[in-house]
Amino acid sequence: MKDQGRTLLQKDGTRTVLASLLSILIGLAVGSVLILIVGLFSDNLGLSGAWEGIRLVFFGILSTGRNATGSLTWGFNPQSIGNMLFRATPLILTGLSVSVAFKTGLFNIGAPGQYLMGTMATLAIALGIPSSALPGPLIWLLAFLGGILAGALWGCIPGLVKALLNINEVLACIMTNWIAANLVTWFFDVNKVFQNTVENTKSGYVYKTAYGRTLVDGAWTYVDGNGVQTAKLGLDKLFPGSQVNAGILIAILIAVGMYILMSKTTLGYQLKACGSNRHAARYAGISDKRNIVLSMAIAGALSGAGASLYYLSGNTEFFWSTYQALPATGFNGIPVALLAANHPIGVIFTGCFMSMLNIVGLQMTNLTAYNEYITDVIISVIVYLSAFSLVIKMLLTSRRRGKRAVASADNTPDAGNVPVEDRGEIQPVSDAAGKGGEQA
Amino acid sequence: MRTMEAENIIEMLHITKKFPGIIANDDITLQLRRGEIHALLGENGAGKSTLMSVLFGLYQPEAGTIRKNGQEVRINNPNDATDLGIGMVHQHFKLIEVFTVLDNIILGAETTRAGFLQKKEARAKVEALSERYGLKVDLDAKVEDITVGMQQRVEILKMLYRDNEILIFDEPTAVLTPKEIDELMATMREFAKEGKSILFISHKLNEIMAVSDRVTVLRKGKYIGTVDTKDTDKQALSNMMVGRPVQLEVTKEPAKPTETVLAVDGLCVPSRNHKKNAVNHVSFRARAGEILCIAGIDGNGQTELIHGLTGLEKSSGGTVTLCGEDISRASIKHRGENMSHIPEDRHKHGLVLDFTLEQNLVLQRFNEKRFQRYGFINQGAVREYAQLLIEQYDVRSGQGPVTTARSMSGGNQQKAIIAREVDREKPLIVAVQPTRGLDVGAIEYIHSQLVAERDKGRAVLLISLELDEVMSLSDRILVMYEGEIVGELDPKQTTVQELGLYMSGAKRMDMNRKEEMGA
Repeated sequence: MKDQGRTLLQKDGTRTVLASLLSILIGLAVGSVLILIVGLFSDNLGLSGAWEGIRLVFFGILSTGRNATGSLTWGFNPQSIGNMLFRATPLILTGLSVSVAFKTGLFNIGAPGQYLMGTMATLAIALGIPSSALPGPLIWLLAFLGGILAGALWGCIPGLVKALLNINEVLACIMTNWIAANLVTWFFDVNKVFQNTVENTKSGYVYKTAYGRTLVDGAWTYVDGNGVQTAKLGLDKLFPGSQVNAGILIAILIAVGMYILMSKTTLGYQLKACGSNRHAARYAGISDKRNIVLSMAIAGALSGAGASLYYLSGNTEFFWSTYQALPATGFNGIPVALLAANHPIGVIFTGCFMSMLNIVGLQMTNLTAYNEYITDVIISVIVYLSAFSLVIKMLLTSRRRGKRAVASADNTPDAGNVPVEDRGEIQPVSDAAGKGGEQA
Repeated sequence: MRTMEAENIIEMLHITKKFPGIIANDDITLQLRRGEIHALLGENGAGKSTLMSVLFGLYQPEAGTIRKNGQEVRINNPNDATDLGIGMVHQHFKLIEVFTVLDNIILGAETTRAGFLQKKEARAKVEALSERYGLKVDLDAKVEDITVGMQQRVEILKMLYRDNEILIFDEPTAVLTPKEIDELMATMREFAKEGKSILFISHKLNEIMAVSDRVTVLRKGKYIGTVDTKDTDKQALSNMMVGRPVQLEVTKEPAKPTETVLAVDGLCVPSRNHKKNAVNHVSFRARAGEILCIAGIDGNGQTELIHGLTGLEKSSGGTVTLCGEDISRASIKHRGENMSHIPEDRHKHGLVLDFTLEQNLVLQRFNEKRFQRYGFINQGAVREYAQLLIEQYDVRSGQGPVTTARSMSGGNQQKAIIAREVDREKPLIVAVQPTRGLDVGAIEYIHSQLVAERDKGRAVLLISLELDEVMSLSDRILVMYEGEIVGELDPKQTTVQELGLYMSGAKRMDMNRKEEMGA
């Protein structure tokens, strides 16, 4: 019996991975078709250009440029891979944010807002505390914690609204997203001290640069940055020429931590119980309201952490006029989570995959006459299909379950193995085949 | 009208249906006569639904033939079945909730002219059918707004609308109130009188005895036998069904009640549906060592009373005292320290269906020291405890502790809940319809568990809609009518008829006086 259970679990896991891979593959295939069409209709691309484009879409991360004869060369590209890891960092965290909320039955579409609030708090602390007052690493830590806290507080709002007033979290999240976007713009507009000295549409650099500023003897001096930067921990030597830093390691650690939290602790147990059946959780004396707020706070904290790690890398710039557009990193957490079937460890890989597509886009722009927007189209196809990965999994599941269900149902005369529908729920006729096992 | 020599309208001969690793139907023969009500009896998992799915074209059998009026037929899908005049009311209705009743009835058999719906004709036909059989429905109401009983009438009208002459009812009474059950039985008899043939799947012996002409019993996929209802009795049928002598009557010693465990005084719980109190100034005492039953027709405030006691809903007045402590305002968790609760709706409250069995078995206890350490779940201890309960309470499932609750049969889901609640060893056990939808084997088991707990000195508060259960299991009966306690009866001295009078509000005691006398 035990072994049977184990293989079944494995099968379920395999199906999940299979479904995700399938949707990625379909996405890439649809993208290839698009590239082909664009290539054939373009004067300076043609069939050979399209073929290069398609190869880049699939293997762009391993592209090393062109050789003297003008053909594409392939191999280990430390810069691409390093940058992929760097860009994956915030995606992993927003992906975790969405997946944790999903696991507790909430749809956190508020990741962009939480990400923005995290950005604001992080930059305000990192730029606001002069490195003459505190050592850089301590400022870094404060800024990181500040970003987490800001995200958590912002996540709390839809949580509270849902728990106390029973207002759908999706609506509340969309509203808080735009409130955050305007708040952030207002904040940087008012506090000129955080603006970049040269281009005032960007924030200042948290690390030393020629355009930063710092507090010297009680006066802001336009000399260099604040000296705050995420440690590289030798990763820059491993992937020379890239922006990678210890942030990716922190993101992976957080993902592992979330996995442990959700599957090994009583807190995760409570959160999941509330998520899958709020009534049963309440019946068992678990405070459903507290858990809804908590779940959204954790989700917000994760998004905030993602923003912190991205902007604390030192040389990333933040365009603070956010009131017109929400950061894509926040929304991309949704496909990252969906492709990973909300599994925290899976999110590490799907986060890397999404950022890889980003790098591929850059390679396409650099190496071919395609522009980066074509990869945006591919990304959006995959985003679209990531929602289908659930459908694909359901198709895979229902097809096999239909057969297996009845088998085990009658194996143990008293144990049906088919979803027990709630009373009065509509069952599609096709499902009735499976239902036979329930009573049979 | 009906003759014993009537031809068989449907014959299922030597049907064998295999699923990988298991034979769901093993050489089963079922002959349905024209104009008879033929009951198909068996425990959960006996193969009843598989057999009906074969007849309805959902499964193809490996062996055996189906004949209609002596002619061999092939039924490849439900459309073939419909063409042969076979209709089925599924246990879980197949209605579209946001459609109106009329739309649901005509769906799939619409009358059209040049591609346009001809609803007027359809309406006239449905109205005529509804009138003729006394199947009252509101044709323009949306299905989501009507009662379960009316939804079932919609399903029946769907069959009639398609002029079906062979009607399959899959556990039709599981969701109905006693009054609705009586109405359904009358309708079924009416159909039979008109020459329609009915297959009636059930494991409720009372109903089978009351309405059927013949009974076919299945057990573990095998054909056990077909008997004339008038030549058999409940005991014989249940023995055939379970394969061993079954205790239909609850055997128990007289109760020896001791101190008061639960005292309810003037409890009021507001209704969700109307402005009046659903529970209106209810007072009673439940004592250790007795099974106190609250009887009543569904919807007379029993659910709200339990919610008020357990904390699922806030009470608006009165006090609840449990083990000497006023818990009227206490949290659900706090109340749970002295009370275990077998909830009415096992899917809504009783289980987290997507959790595993073992996770469900510690739903209230995961925070106890033995199951966690510094906030980390002690997986080993949970598994061990789950295995213990599974063994002790004979909870059967596909994969033991790691089975998803959703995939378990209703009977075993209920057993799991009972195992969890009884094993918490609280002075008060609140059991709300603990045997609803279960077969005799499981009912026998659950009844014996509740009696055992009573004998251990616990107070058992039972809420039941089944009169048989009320009469046989309880030591004392309180009858609830329109949110008030209208009578207190001794099951040994009262009759089902008298109980029925109180339940329907035709008779009532002055409970205030009784309370004073008792005090």
